[in-house]
Amino acid sequence: MEHYISLFVKSVFIENLALAFFLGMCTFLAVSKDVRTAMGLGLAVIIIQGITVPTNNLLFQYLLRPGALAWAGEQYAELDLSFLGLITYIGVIAAMVQILEMALDRYFPRLYHTLGIFLPLITVNCAILGGTLLMIQNEYNFPEAVTYGFGSGVGWAMAITVLAGVREKLKYSDVPAGLQGLGITFITVGLIAMAFMAFGGIQL
Amino acid sequence: MEKPKDVLLTPIFDNNPIALQVLGICSALAVTTKLHTSVVMAVAVTLVVGCSSAAVAAIRHYIPSSIRIIVQMTIIASLVIIVDQVLQAFAYEASKELSVFVGLIITNCIVMGRAEGYAMHHDVKLSFLDGIGNGLGYSFILLVVGITRELFGSGRIYGVEVLPLARDGGWYVPNGLMLLPPSAFFLIGLIIWAIRTWKPEQVGKS
Repeated sequence: MEHYISLFVKSVFIENLALAFFLGMCTFLAVSKDVRTAMGLGLAVIIIQGITVPTNNLLFQYLLRPGALAWAGEQYAELDLSFLGLITYIGVIAAMVQILEMALDRYFPRLYHTLGIFLPLITVNCAILGGTLLMIQNEYNFPEAVTYGFGSGVGWAMAITVLAGVREKLKYSDVPAGLQGLGITFITVGLIAMAFMAFGGIQL
Repeated sequence: MEKPKDVLLTPIFDNNPIALQVLGICSALAVTTKLHTSVVMAVAVTLVVGCSSAAVAAIRHYIPSSIRIIVQMTIIASLVIIVDQVLQAFAYEASKELSVFVGLIITNCIVMGRAEGYAMHHDVKLSFLDGIGNGLGYSFILLVVGITRELFGSGRIYGVEVLPLARDGGWYVPNGLMLLPPSAFFLIGLIIWAIRTWKPEQVGKS
């Protein structure tokens, strides 16, 4: 149990997808103008990340890994399909986003309207694919993948909410003309990332 | 009718994908600690954007609009798999250093953005040039950030020592911050400031 708590904390704070690996930056910068929408997007990312990382973990373990097809019979035991990885993962992500969109529309229309335009955007959010690729790289097993997927989603959601909070306050400050908008946002994110680096090296 | 030369050159300064359109930032920040990885990444992205735009433009009349995202994704993913395999075969070290970021070219918004925003309405030749042009705009930022971070962070450019380090008997004390993630944010922020001061019409409404 301790192992999973440690992994969870690591994926939320120490290896934060947005601030330590720079994943999902496009939406991170574009959709962080106010806290409410940022939280909506964060919620959508947590859900999708929590579903796709474990799914891709199963696919990798039982389909794509070298020797993964051994369960299908002797003659398949030597196949190595790992080169198909990228196209499989992105397919799973696109499909999951589509399914989630339809399911939410049917059963939770209010949540669907809150998330609205963000759901399709998530397909091209690098944090989702990045989470899967990092999970494969670190060779997590299934329970670890569940923890990691959920944790990294929470970390990303937290980071975008924090940034949105800062940007709401920034509206009232006097920023040099050329730096307004995008420029100052980059520098803000840099400062937040520096603060997050203080978590680096913490072992639980 | 747009001139091919303009299509190729505007994205570099006037309509830079990173500085103005806020696209494709993720990888721009993560791979720029060294110039070598920045160059590999820049070449890879430029090729993928060019080829994917051309491919999407070639079949644009046959793609039903309801499934166009999936079709574009498949084209892009196939190209990225080719790039990934080529890198693993011929530049194994660089491919190890870039780790997940080669795969993440798929979700690099520049590629998707150009396919969706330009290639769906233009012919093959213009789309290809537009893709290459945006790739070059991306490469420009990547190279500037890569050179700055490597020069001030470890006193080298492309692995060749330029500023002799104090550690080895020289005079330059490297700035460790340049090798850490936040410095990339500051540098891109400053580049955006510079471009917008030079071309004030790009200042965003805040």
